[in-house]
Amino acid sequence: MHKVFDKREVKSAIDRLAERVAGEFVPGRPLNVIGIRTRGETLAGRLAETLSSRGFDQIGRGVLDITLYRDDLSEIGPRPLVRPTQINLELDGRPMLLVDDVLFTGRSIRAALDALADFGRPSVIRLAVLVDRRGGRELPIQADFVGLELLDVQADQRVNVHLVENDGVDEVRVENSVASPTGTRNDPRAAQP
Amino acid sequence: MTESKAVWNRKHLLGLEELSAPEIGTILDTADSFKEVSTRSIKKVPALRGRVVVNAFWEDSTRTRTSFQLAAQRLSADTIDFSEKGSSVSKGETLIDTARNIEAMGTDVIVIRHPAAGSAHLLARSVRSCVINAGDGAHEHPTQGLLDLYTIRERFGKIEGLKVAIVGDIAHSRVARSNVWGLTKMGAQVILVGPATMVGKSFEAMGAKVTNDLDSIIGQVDVINMLRVQFERIKSSQFPSVREFTRMYGLTWDRFQRCKKDVFVMHPGPMNRGIEISSDIADGPQSGILTQVTNGLAVRMAVLYLVTQTQGA
Repeated sequence: MHKVFDKREVKSAIDRLAERVAGEFVPGRPLNVIGIRTRGETLAGRLAETLSSRGFDQIGRGVLDITLYRDDLSEIGPRPLVRPTQINLELDGRPMLLVDDVLFTGRSIRAALDALADFGRPSVIRLAVLVDRRGGRELPIQADFVGLELLDVQADQRVNVHLVENDGVDEVRVENSVASPTGTRNDPRAAQP
Repeated sequence: MTESKAVWNRKHLLGLEELSAPEIGTILDTADSFKEVSTRSIKKVPALRGRVVVNAFWEDSTRTRTSFQLAAQRLSADTIDFSEKGSSVSKGETLIDTARNIEAMGTDVIVIRHPAAGSAHLLARSVRSCVINAGDGAHEHPTQGLLDLYTIRERFGKIEGLKVAIVGDIAHSRVARSNVWGLTKMGAQVILVGPATMVGKSFEAMGAKVTNDLDSIIGQVDVINMLRVQFERIKSSQFPSVREFTRMYGLTWDRFQRCKKDVFVMHPGPMNRGIEISSDIADGPQSGILTQVTNGLAVRMAVLYLVTQTQGA
């Protein structure tokens, strides 16, 4: 387990992300910024704040919970609690920035795109991620804006993004996957009648 | 804000007696999220796509059956309706044989209502599918208990510390039993009220208070849950006359005036207007009766989702 990016590096990565996003969209025009729960929601908040300060005055904020759209639920160990999706926005015909913390297999983003299709038809959807973990993609999905790249993470390791709002500190850690006490595939309680 | 994990590792929902408070909390929190789905223009999520849910009802039902069916459909499951009438049950097939035959067609969830207490447990031991108890005799009706808990929590923002009266034929009521288990686990105080023939002191062992005098407690409770007078039992010697029942245990306008100002009135339906509850209260602003039905949908979606996501389900 080790820290690969500290708070200074994370902060400048988020600043760079915001910079590039600001260059891609038009200030003064509507832009929807949608974060994927949980860290993506926080990141989306920070990006939206920076964008607001650069003349983006019509930012719509939303939060997407993709749990019900995942196709790998049985593989993610202890189930996350399903939480509400909050998209009370006009999506049709407007550009959207989709924000997540880590892009790895691409399955979360696939699920997010499926979920978004039930809410409307944006004119364009761009993807911003803080960390692009390369080498494990299972779907043809790439990010448009990347803060940090990780190339040499082992298959049995996890990339965890920690943010002040959620975890008290800004950092990116690579950690060994550990069996969770609340139930995994090998948990004998899973076989209860 | 931290990521909460679901506290749930069960393949079946058979009753609230065996659930812990965190498990009940997980269902209620999950139901919160599913309530949002019903506000979307496309009221559907793909969580149970390709799964088959069977509604196997050996007893009449409108609300519960429709609610389970719609809940399954909103999760994109396929649904089959099976009822006693017009089936091979009338040819003498046993419960387990019938269920195994339905299951042989490839079902994932069986929602069962049956007049015999313990039938859902029996089924859960005999089939591979997830089993959800939709009412077994006078034993339990867990999803009704859960939707009552959900509705109370939504109204008051909490369950702990509330005083809840359940009034009527407690002894024959599975709704009452599930409510007592659920409410006491979540920290509410339950008072069961009815004629001595319909509410035994044995309920005190479940953690509830028992009284035969509605008027003595009416001013203290935050929630009053009026059970249906079960006319199918009305001829028995346990039941006083209808008029006497209404006079002693009905929620009349006069009694309502003596309740707490913000008392919350509930009823599991179907109502006998003018008998256990007066119409102007049932249709009034303090009635949660239709909200209970709306919430029932979200709660059943949550239960269907949770049992089917359990490993090995």
